[in-house]
Amino acid sequence: MSTPSPPFSGPPEGTPRLELAGITKRYPSVVANDGVHLKVGPGEIHAVLGENGAGKSTLMKIIYGAVQADAGQIQWNGREVVIANPSEARRLGIGMVFQHFSLFETLTVVENIALALDEPFDLKGLAARVKEVSTRYGLPLDPDRLVYSLSVGERQRVEIVRCLLQEPQLLILDEPTSVLTPQAVQKLFETLRRLASEGVSILYISHKLHEIQSLCHSATVMRGGKVTGTATPSRETPASLARMMIGRELPVCEVPAFTGEATPVLSVRGLSHTPDDPFGTALKDIALEVRRGEILGIAGISGNGQAELLAALSGETTGPADTVVLAGTPVGHLDAGRRRKRGLTFVPEERLGRGAVPPMSLADNATLSAHGHGLVKKGFLRPKAAWEFAKACIERFDVRCGGPGAAARSLSGGNLQKFIVGREIMQQPIAMVVAQPTWGVDVGAAAFLRQTLIDLSRSGVAILVISEELEELFEICDRIAVLAEGRLSEAVPKQQTNAEKIGMQMSGLFSAADTREPAHAAA
Amino acid sequence: MIEHLIPVLAGTLAAATPLIFAGLGELVAERTGVINLGVEGMMLIGAVAGFAAAAHSDGGALAGLPAGAVAGMLAALIFAILSLSMAANQAACGLALTIFGIGLSAFIGQHYVSYSLPGLPPLDIPGLSEIPVIGRILFHQDAVTYLGLVTFVGVWWVLKKTRLGLVLKAVGEAPDAAHAIGYPVIAIRYGATLFGGAMAGIAGAYLSTVYTPLWVQNMVAGRGWIAIALVVFAAWNPTRLLLGAWLFGGVTILQFHAQGLGIALPVQFLAALPYLATVVVLVLISRDKRLLQLNLPASLGKPWMP
Ligand SMILES: Nc1ncnc2c1ncn2[C@@H]1O[C@H](COP(=O)(O)OP(=O)(O)OP(=O)(O)O)[C@@H](O)[C@H]1O
Ligand SMILES: [Mg+2]
Repeated sequence: MSTPSPPFSGPPEGTPRLELAGITKRYPSVVANDGVHLKVGPGEIHAVLGENGAGKSTLMKIIYGAVQADAGQIQWNGREVVIANPSEARRLGIGMVFQHFSLFETLTVVENIALALDEPFDLKGLAARVKEVSTRYGLPLDPDRLVYSLSVGERQRVEIVRCLLQEPQLLILDEPTSVLTPQAVQKLFETLRRLASEGVSILYISHKLHEIQSLCHSATVMRGGKVTGTATPSRETPASLARMMIGRELPVCEVPAFTGEATPVLSVRGLSHTPDDPFGTALKDIALEVRRGEILGIAGISGNGQAELLAALSGETTGPADTVVLAGTPVGHLDAGRRRKRGLTFVPEERLGRGAVPPMSLADNATLSAHGHGLVKKGFLRPKAAWEFAKACIERFDVRCGGPGAAARSLSGGNLQKFIVGREIMQQPIAMVVAQPTWGVDVGAAAFLRQTLIDLSRSGVAILVISEELEELFEICDRIAVLAEGRLSEAVPKQQTNAEKIGMQMSGLFSAADTREPAHAAA
Repeated sequence: MIEHLIPVLAGTLAAATPLIFAGLGELVAERTGVINLGVEGMMLIGAVAGFAAAAHSDGGALAGLPAGAVAGMLAALIFAILSLSMAANQAACGLALTIFGIGLSAFIGQHYVSYSLPGLPPLDIPGLSEIPVIGRILFHQDAVTYLGLVTFVGVWWVLKKTRLGLVLKAVGEAPDAAHAIGYPVIAIRYGATLFGGAMAGIAGAYLSTVYTPLWVQNMVAGRGWIAIALVVFAAWNPTRLLLGAWLFGGVTILQFHAQGLGIALPVQFLAALPYLATVVVLVLISRDKRLLQLNLPASLGKPWMP
């Protein structure tokens, strides 16, 4: 990706910053951590790798005091400690960016940050510091905005800045880049390298192996709750790292050629929408067409109208009937439930909250979106059918969990994503809209999900994928369009473009011919 | 004209006082995600405890209020143990608490039926009460009414200006996230619920020892429910709650005067008027979906366990 960090010269001298021994954590259905050992030195950037459900997040939460281990010791700067809760961890100098955002939607950015800092309460002073620190680190933030109006990318920035302001000695980052733009990732890496050179230790979790290679000095690999090995990422290849993680070779995606049927299944015409939310992005005259059997990709940095476009497609916001047409029928005025009945399914951007109700079981979560499929009869729920549906989904998509009765929030991030995508696929849609399909999914499962989407499209389903990951879009899509500042460019076959061109467009540099903006815009 | 208005406005402040106390207490509890439908019951328990304390001591109303607060808090403690520690359904627990409060207060209160207390004389604020008109409206009230306004300022300040206020809101918004960054969600909810109980108890004791210092069975007469409705009507904002309480208090006093002046409306209709007015306003206000959505504590009424 970029210049690798200076190689870490041998084992860190002196006492390690953090040393874990025999950490074990059992949940009713699974042993999440099983005798885990881990050592991080001062100034070391240490990766924790492993497939979905390997126990990475659990281990990090134990270090941060948010979860208590059943057994094992933690040594902090050579001293044995018991970390009873997160404020104690912060007092020791440990900061954490959670995989699932731990933000409060109806509070402002600065209020969110104040809640996690143990210092005198002064919002004004803090707002100034937030502004200063966020610009310095290339993660710009407006302290006074309400979090609910932020895109997922911006929310991730809040989490990171909140953590940096604590000036920690150990920084835990649980998949911090899953929704950051490539530029923001670069900035973040510079920041992390600078922090490391100042002696801050960093624990870094990511499923993006090239990131690990360019950033991390060392790595610990986990599988099924156990440590299965350690590695020096710069001496490995992505393939060998993947093999250590999933225990087998990484499958390669097969993309059968698009056998061009030009019948549009899902089309959007003249869609303009100004959201009620003052911080939202207005959609400007969006037009697109997804054909039978193809995957159309929409690239773009989140916050450029993705959330609004998704809402308009799913039926969360409605408009004039003929702005959205599904299989020849105008559906722009129909709500989400009615569109679902007509065969449009939908994977939202936020998994917890919008995609799944955290405390509810997987079976109940299945009922929520799949109720048209025999799970509800004459208005009555059919719990048995829902159970079977959830079970089938768990099996087919290899969701590692305690079964259909497991609460959504007990699943690891990647497994929950697999369940949600699987639930939508199993409803046999005629068109499907997917946001960030492999967000937080491990490399093996991501390959599987991509293959599933490709196969689904070739079976005649029209699929629209909205993603920030260009590599992914180029791998699975037939045509790619770019959404920037609420405008959508013309979709082009992927053979006729490249990542560089798309990247330019993503930052808003359309060439005049590519936009659908009426001519007077130039005036 | 003004001469007629002065007693109405002055009476409004006093009539609003129990709603201000009970409403602020419920508002704080709901901010943390706990909806306690037992306000009516807690007010009745506070009323009877306050009345008993005032009747059996020579402290009068001044003994009644603390006793009411403690009793209300104990009632809220029962609710908290069931709904917070044992994660029972909050609506069911609250309704049960109200039924329990009605029964318990009637049972204890049977000894005091038709017994009356001295009440609390109005307290003139030196200097200010001499201001024409305004002085007699605002500064010629009983001490508890002043205390209610001071409490309002206190609650407003804590919610708006302090870290504690932010923490309360955060816990009601996303208990999972609050727990993740290290706030003791259950303990905070306990604190807010007990505060709500104490405030409802004070509201009840004010009714029985100051407002109408005479024991009548079921004397709270639905004010607990109005307090709960006001919290929603106020979109969880203390200032709006204050205005709502004054509206209710004002209509209450007006209908007394209307009855006195012999306005030819059925008494039953007049008695229902304050409730009706409040409900109408409620319906009008809840049309502003955005306001409600931004302020509605997202976890309201949902049981939470770490
Ligand atoms: N609160 C909980 N209750 C029950 N099981 C849980 C709970 N939290 C985690 N688990 C289980 O523990 C295992 C490890 O989960 P963890 O979140 O640590 O995985 P992970 O390595 O972070 O995966 P991912 O890459 O998908 O984020 C999973 O099987 C998960 O289902
Ligand atoms: Mg995880």
